[in-house]
Amino acid sequence: MTTPLPTAGPRPLATVRHSAVLARRSLVKTGRNPGPIVNGVVTPALFLVLFLYLFGRPVAGTTGAYLHHLFPGILVMGAGLTGMISTGSAVNLDLRNGVTDRFRSLPISRTAPLLGSVGADVLRYLIAVVILSALGTLLGFRAEGGVPAALGAAGLAILFGFCVSWVTVLIGVLARNAEAVTAFSFLTFLPLQLGTSLAAPTDTLPGWLRAWADVNPVTHVMDACRALLNGTPDTGSIGRALLWSAALFLVFCPLAVRAYGRRE
Amino acid sequence: MAGDKGFEVEGLVKRFGRITAVDGVSLSARRGQVLGLLGPNGAGKTTVVRVLATLLRPDDGQVRVAGADVRRDPALVRRRIALAGQHTSVDDELTGRANLVMLGRLLDLRRTEAHRRAGELLTRFGLDDAADRLVATWSGGMRRRLDLAASLVGRPEVVLLDEPSAGLDPGRRDALWRMIRGLARDGVTVLLTTQYLEEADTLADDIAVLAHGRVIASGAPADLKRATGGHTVVLRPADTGDLDPAAAIVARVAGREPDRSRPGELVVPVAGDAAFFEITAQLRTHGIDVGELAFRLPSLDEVFLSLTGARTTDTEDAA
Repeated sequence: MTTPLPTAGPRPLATVRHSAVLARRSLVKTGRNPGPIVNGVVTPALFLVLFLYLFGRPVAGTTGAYLHHLFPGILVMGAGLTGMISTGSAVNLDLRNGVTDRFRSLPISRTAPLLGSVGADVLRYLIAVVILSALGTLLGFRAEGGVPAALGAAGLAILFGFCVSWVTVLIGVLARNAEAVTAFSFLTFLPLQLGTSLAAPTDTLPGWLRAWADVNPVTHVMDACRALLNGTPDTGSIGRALLWSAALFLVFCPLAVRAYGRRE
Repeated sequence: MAGDKGFEVEGLVKRFGRITAVDGVSLSARRGQVLGLLGPNGAGKTTVVRVLATLLRPDDGQVRVAGADVRRDPALVRRRIALAGQHTSVDDELTGRANLVMLGRLLDLRRTEAHRRAGELLTRFGLDDAADRLVATWSGGMRRRLDLAASLVGRPEVVLLDEPSAGLDPGRRDALWRMIRGLARDGVTVLLTTQYLEEADTLADDIAVLAHGRVIASGAPADLKRATGGHTVVLRPADTGDLDPAAAIVARVAGREPDRSRPGELVVPVAGDAAFFEITAQLRTHGIDVGELAFRLPSLDEVFLSLTGARTTDTEDAA
């Protein structure tokens, strides 16, 4: 200890290191209690198989053709769903049982615990994307756009998941209990994930649903991933997906951090 | 003040909306002292601790902890303190060792150093056998010990313990008390909140009694006892048949009816030792055999009762 103790806020590099320590904590717990991540993979996998064989022929003529519409949307659903299910609840639990008090009395940035949770989410999303991709391949999906475009699509889905995580973190910080977090996540899941181009192109939807699907950011991310995976990259939808991700992050990350710092 | 490792609170005020939880509290402790903050639920104890731990910002007053100001330099305060107790927690879903290693890493210890420190603390707190099991499977007493161990990973100068023994049975409490005394011996300054008078009496060098957000009395335990109405006589006649005549004697001498809430026992406050000798003499004159007779300073329980007019338990709800 030859360097003087820093008295200003914690240094940025230290925040990254502390966040990594806390992300590791979250991942260790996921390894021990994999329920949420199993949910986050099994739910989209079920949707994939069910939708494919229920709607494949009526919507697209063949299941093979439908798979190329459906799978990219399922991938977006998978990257982010575990976060919707578990991250808000985990943050909420820490706040209520006193773990957060200990973290906040430590000389670490108050952003670090949140950054740790969301950072661990990114790894969980990656696992979900890998498993779902394997399942898609098994069902006959081939990325026409080639490997770089497929990686781009996976990256976009995970980036979007990372940005949406901040919404669930905010809910976790504000909610009175874990049940409230779960109820809210569940209520938002259906309209956000299904009220999109997931099952069919939005121009086939009835007017009110189409209006919703067209403004729903998840639609834009699904469209962008679909275009990338099917070899018809579309800068418009990619741009909209990136813009939406940035907007969600820029609004909800500061709100979550602020609410976390202020919760007394 | 610069070299002092204790804490100093002056005129602390903290409001929550329209409720004033802490209303002008002043406290201090020097390095290596244990200050007991005693009071019922809702008195403001936890709020004081949370201000010192930089979890709450004071609305008014000066608060310096381990030489740093909580408002101007909270990061430095956090570097020098640790928080433990009923509202703080270790992570149930990790092992005891993983909890301590994680805290070491958050305190910027190298990986090997964090492991070494965790092992050392687990041994010191008698937790070696359970170290690699999930904390969720541990007993309440072990969890409290881990909680205390967790607060020591960073070698803090001031430790804030918020009702550390709440909910523990007496045997486990004794073990925890030994560990808290050990801290003070090592030069750590301790702020301890408690509802248990016995705990404050046993552990604290100084006690501040808190009620409705104010300090209503403070001093060394013996001074507090002396300050509130002299001594108490406790009499237990050898034959319970003698209780009524004995009570009459005691009432006549002391000038008030004795407390008979414990079966077979008479308790009465007296002004001085003259009353004690008078009671002794009269008991002999009336041929009442004594089973037990004591002349002592009042218990902190009695002090608390006379200060607040309320017993320490079953008062208000927690804040």
